[in-house]
Amino acid sequence: MAFDKMELKDIEVWDGNFAAAQALRQSQIDVVAAYPITPSTPIVEGYAKFLADGYIEGEFVMVESEHAAMSGCVGASAAGGRVATATSSQGFALMIEVLYQASGMRLPIILNVVNRALAAPLNVNGDHADMYLGRDSGWIQLGAYCPQDAYDLNFIAFKVAEDHDVRLPCMVHQDGFMTSHTAQGVHTLTDDVAYSFVGDFKPMNDMLDFEHPVTHGVQTEEDWHFEHKARQHNDLMTKVLPKIQAAFDSFEKLSGRKYNLVESYDMADADVCVVCMGSSVETAREVATEMRAKGIKAGVVGIRVIRPFPFMEIAEALKGVKAIAALDRSSPNGAPGMLFNEIAGALYNTADRAMLCGYIYGLGGRDLTKKHLANLYTELQANVDAGKITTQLQQFIGVRGPKLAFL
Amino acid sequence: MLEIRWHSRAGQGAVTGAKGLADVISTTGKHVQAFAFYGSAKRGAAMTAYNRVADKVIMNHEKYMEPDFVFVIDPALVYTTDVTIHAKPNTKYIITTHLTKQELIASQPKLEGKEIYTVDCIKIAQETIGRPIPNTPMLGAFMKISGMYDIEFFKDSMVRILGKLPQKIIDANMIAIQRAYDEVK
Repeated sequence: MAFDKMELKDIEVWDGNFAAAQALRQSQIDVVAAYPITPSTPIVEGYAKFLADGYIEGEFVMVESEHAAMSGCVGASAAGGRVATATSSQGFALMIEVLYQASGMRLPIILNVVNRALAAPLNVNGDHADMYLGRDSGWIQLGAYCPQDAYDLNFIAFKVAEDHDVRLPCMVHQDGFMTSHTAQGVHTLTDDVAYSFVGDFKPMNDMLDFEHPVTHGVQTEEDWHFEHKARQHNDLMTKVLPKIQAAFDSFEKLSGRKYNLVESYDMADADVCVVCMGSSVETAREVATEMRAKGIKAGVVGIRVIRPFPFMEIAEALKGVKAIAALDRSSPNGAPGMLFNEIAGALYNTADRAMLCGYIYGLGGRDLTKKHLANLYTELQANVDAGKITTQLQQFIGVRGPKLAFL
Repeated sequence: MLEIRWHSRAGQGAVTGAKGLADVISTTGKHVQAFAFYGSAKRGAAMTAYNRVADKVIMNHEKYMEPDFVFVIDPALVYTTDVTIHAKPNTKYIITTHLTKQELIASQPKLEGKEIYTVDCIKIAQETIGRPIPNTPMLGAFMKISGMYDIEFFKDSMVRILGKLPQKIIDANMIAIQRAYDEVK
């Protein structure tokens, strides 16, 4: 590599943003086209500084909006480079049109999404509204729970997305502020080890390969559009999860850190469990352990791969459990909640359908406390004891005013 | 688990202080977490920052905290915010002020009966670093009150963390840390 290497300590105290920026440096991105937005700004700022300081050979393209940022990424990726960027919230919303272009054109762009609420009212804090907005866009979506995950999952993302059997863009999500601005110990990889895991970028159908001319961004009407979309869906449904699992396996051999499509915690004999995403997964694990000391057999199922949704793996993880809480950190605006719906779908055709309740929590960065979670487990246990759901199916956690419950 | 809450104004260096402290503690094999509430707060707005320290991996990401230590690095915040919120009976307070402990408690009765230590981090920072950035002196005072590390080890660690600053600023910070260590009471 024709650039400076950086000496890292085995454990660095990094926040999620800096961990992601370091992973992008170690992956040696060819092009970052970016427009800054809170709370994701330090990722591209960090990358730009590494570039300016001679740690990366690449191009940083400053653009006038997030729409242009993702458009720049699409162009650079189609040209045949390793490409990544970062955004949040309103910026993510502005990218949406181009996100569908990226996945439809099968361009393996990596997008770090630092999850933040969507206006109105304007709010810079973390919830999953932007992440949910992207879930039908044809991208792979991986979820980090802490800065260590934000670092590791970036390497996984490049490995999977750029695989020639996959060739789909991938988002790495982390919670705005709760992860992005929370400094914790991060076990690092050396520059050489990290880069060798990700490997050299191997172009496919690249526009700069003049010997093999290709067309990107074509128009297909009813004659071919459906086949393109169906093949894309087919690859998401059949190829991506095995590739992610393979990447998790080789990453574990390299680092000793084990990731799973679905992260089960104390689920072997659990009666009650919480299913959630992001930093809440770790808090819930701590509370589940405390509930066990009080005699409640509590477990946690964390979603690691949001898209493609690990339908079968979720059903397997929830086997034998009696009462489940699905926690959605995004307003479903007139529906039960994404996780509630996905889990209901995964369990509907199984023999032991557990009692399933949905909870909306943490919008706009509202704290999810250990006390909230302890009360939640107690409520689930009350359902188990009563043999039926004793509450309405959809409740809100931690919102002020009269109690809200629906369905 | 050791938990610390910082009361600061945006721009006074509480986040940097919290992260610096976490960095030093991490090198001794403990697990750390440092975070803040700031959102879109502007320079000068009251804000809080937090440290957690534990012997095992910290999985708790709640923002709610019942702190073991409260650091107040701006003298006015004891009047304009509630620095005692969610405190425990044995919470220790290290407060930046030019007042004596008795004058401080008389001026803010909420502090009555609490374990209070005072040090003028603003004055120390101005006289050493030349700017009212009271974060590093607060850490010097904390080393004295907590007895967490030997002050020489702590200063050596901070030299590494402040590494990229000009030598003059690093030296001034070391004097500030030592002065707060010596002057806190």
